Amino acid sequence: MNNPQSMMDRKENPLKAIDIVRKGLGKRYRAERRFRRYGLFAISATLFFLFILFASIISNGYTALQQTYIRLDIFYDAEILNREALASADYEGLIKESLLKLFPEAQSREDKRVLFRLVSSGASFELRKRVLDHPEIIGRTESFWVLADDDVDMLMKGHIRRDIDESGGRFSGKPLEWMDRLKKEERIEKRFNRILFSQGDSREPELAGVWGAVMGSFLTLVITLVLSFPIGVAAAVYLEEFAPKNRWTDLIEININNLAAVPSIVFGLLGLAIFLNFFGLPRSAPIVGGLVLSLMTLPVIIIAARSALKSVPPSIREAALGVGASKMQMVTHHVIPLAIPGMLTGTIIGMARALGETAPLLMIGMVAFIVDIPTGFTDSATVLPVQIYLWADSPERAFVERTSAAVIVLLTFLVVMNATAVILRKRFERRW
Amino acid sequence: MKKWIVLSLTIGFLLSGFVGVFAGAARDSISIVGSSTVYPFATVVAERFGKGTQFKTPKIESTGTGGGFKLFCAGVGVEHPDITNASRRMKQSEFEICGKNGVTEIVEVKIGYDGIVIANAKSAPLLKINRKELFLALAKEVPDPKGDQALIPNPYKMWKEINPELPGVKIEVLGPPPTSGTRDAFVELVMEEGANSFAWIKELAKRDAKKHKAIANGIREDGAYIEAGENDNLIVQKLAANKNAFGIFGFSFLDQNIDKIKGSMIESVAPTFENIASGKYSVSRPLYFYVKKAHVGVIPGIQEYAGEFSSEKAWGSNGYLIEKGLIPLPEDEKKVFGNAAKSMAVIKSLK
Repeated sequence: MNNPQSMMDRKENPLKAIDIVRKGLGKRYRAERRFRRYGLFAISATLFFLFILFASIISNGYTALQQTYIRLDIFYDAEILNREALASADYEGLIKESLLKLFPEAQSREDKRVLFRLVSSGASFELRKRVLDHPEIIGRTESFWVLADDDVDMLMKGHIRRDIDESGGRFSGKPLEWMDRLKKEERIEKRFNRILFSQGDSREPELAGVWGAVMGSFLTLVITLVLSFPIGVAAAVYLEEFAPKNRWTDLIEININNLAAVPSIVFGLLGLAIFLNFFGLPRSAPIVGGLVLSLMTLPVIIIAARSALKSVPPSIREAALGVGASKMQMVTHHVIPLAIPGMLTGTIIGMARALGETAPLLMIGMVAFIVDIPTGFTDSATVLPVQIYLWADSPERAFVERTSAAVIVLLTFLVVMNATAVILRKRFERRW
Repeated sequence: MKKWIVLSLTIGFLLSGFVGVFAGAARDSISIVGSSTVYPFATVVAERFGKGTQFKTPKIESTGTGGGFKLFCAGVGVEHPDITNASRRMKQSEFEICGKNGVTEIVEVKIGYDGIVIANAKSAPLLKINRKELFLALAKEVPDPKGDQALIPNPYKMWKEINPELPGVKIEVLGPPPTSGTRDAFVELVMEEGANSFAWIKELAKRDAKKHKAIANGIREDGAYIEAGENDNLIVQKLAANKNAFGIFGFSFLDQNIDKIKGSMIESVAPTFENIASGKYSVSRPLYFYVKKAHVGVIPGIQEYAGEFSSEKAWGSNGYLIEKGLIPLPEDEKKVFGNAAKSMAVIKSLK
């Protein structure tokens, strides 16, 4: 409509192209600066939240690296420690004896009960191990560091406040005095919490460890890797290099992309219906967990492997074919070696996702209380994120810090895996 | 050549995995499912049992009471669980489903009680409330205060609007979601009782049970009742941070966090260990576990586990379960269910 008008304008007032550019230049610079600032803001917001996450988890969890121990003078009474039945002797009795010797004023039934609660119920098992390993100490007195109860531990670390009025606190009156005396006599100290990294789950926080869950995660991921990597790569190679381009392969491609977006709980339901109910595999076993998780990671690996194959330039393929290689030789000698870093990156990222997954495992019974450390693919096992979930739900105060400690362990594994993926990409990836 | 080695290794690996599966078909550890309320107690017993005997430590899944019965009643055989925990008694319908699937011999063991508490921050004032007031505060629809036998959407925003003696703060209650057993018990023990304190609603139960249930079970959704998920530790933390909020959870969480929160008095009874054990505190429920007798002798250790659970050192008045917050049974019930656990006495029906 106003075309003729503007043409007239141009004739009357001839503006050179450079003038128009100059006029808008300031605005464009400003727009660019703004754009950069948005990006910078996005990055710093992400870093800020990440920092909050790490700070809160680490500040909650670092205290779990230490555990309180109490030094007791234990008299290995030959009468109690009958040589014939050493394994089933009354080790708790030995501990109680030495506690009573330290605090002779605890006479009433209630006082004794409170006193015996200072020491963990796991202490007698440590003592049993000590005696079984060194039977020659029977008859002697030895100072022995026993595990303290979780309440004592929490008080030592300041997670339970002392200044709460008498009626309310979990600790009041006598046990506080006793603990102060232990402290004065240097009979109480914090040591590195070895149990956390060497034991399975427990309902006593001071005896609970993540090792069972780490092993469970490892066994599950081995199954996942062994199944999903070869199948994923083979599928990707076939689809990318051999398959004809027709409606069927399109359909397959759409389905694979769809599968990658399916919520993970669906794979759990599938696992329950097929692996448990139809094939009759055992509940709570890493083999089933691995099968379910490989269903979940397969599409991720296929997609990553395909894009790695796509990024190998066609000239490589043509050159190989040109010098007389067969199609299979071209793929196995040239294309796959060049694409393998990308495939591995995709696989590691898929595995990292599988490591952090709980929802599908819920359905196949891996969300369970399991004390024994799994040693095979069919033992009952749980995995790290499940362990975190179970601890977060436990009433004992000491599980709060242990939950955070388990999160730190899980994050460490994730960081290591993702860093490996980055390093692999940096070192082996070739740009064309 | 190298490729073939890799391939055969992979296949060998897979095969060994599947051979392992068949070897693992015969289970040698007890499998337990069921209530998340019983879970903290059952796990302690399982752990002690595993350490103290030559048997393997039982595996315990927290599936919820209903989910536990579903798995338990699915049939007899190693692929089905041996024991299920429950925070309510087995229903007749569940008993029948069990029977239909061949699970005819069931041993019932009542292990103790669990109190449900309403708690707020230690520094906030103590709440003294009764079940009628709780119903009025949390129900979706309440009887019209003008006196008609009509229901209106819950108009109460502040506690003192219900009763001037209650605190003058906004009603804000964090509680379990509908999937939780704690919620079921709360609805049954508090909301239904509260609703029945209105004579005409109580009458309604006879005429129109469905409508009655809808009134008694409907919890308001206008933000005054906040579904806080199954994580009771989170509720405790939120209560400590917000003095005006109240939370609903099991007694063991109050017991463990007594330095941060305090339990409200219901019908002028405080939720203490003694009051729940003696039955004075009204909001408490029984806890059970059920044993599949057909598995005794097939899976090693079932009878011994039941024995450990019902031993004096576990559920006795100074036992380790009591330390964990379980409310013990009275002596006569202890004798009955202790004997049932020892002799594996089967229940005929649920009278």
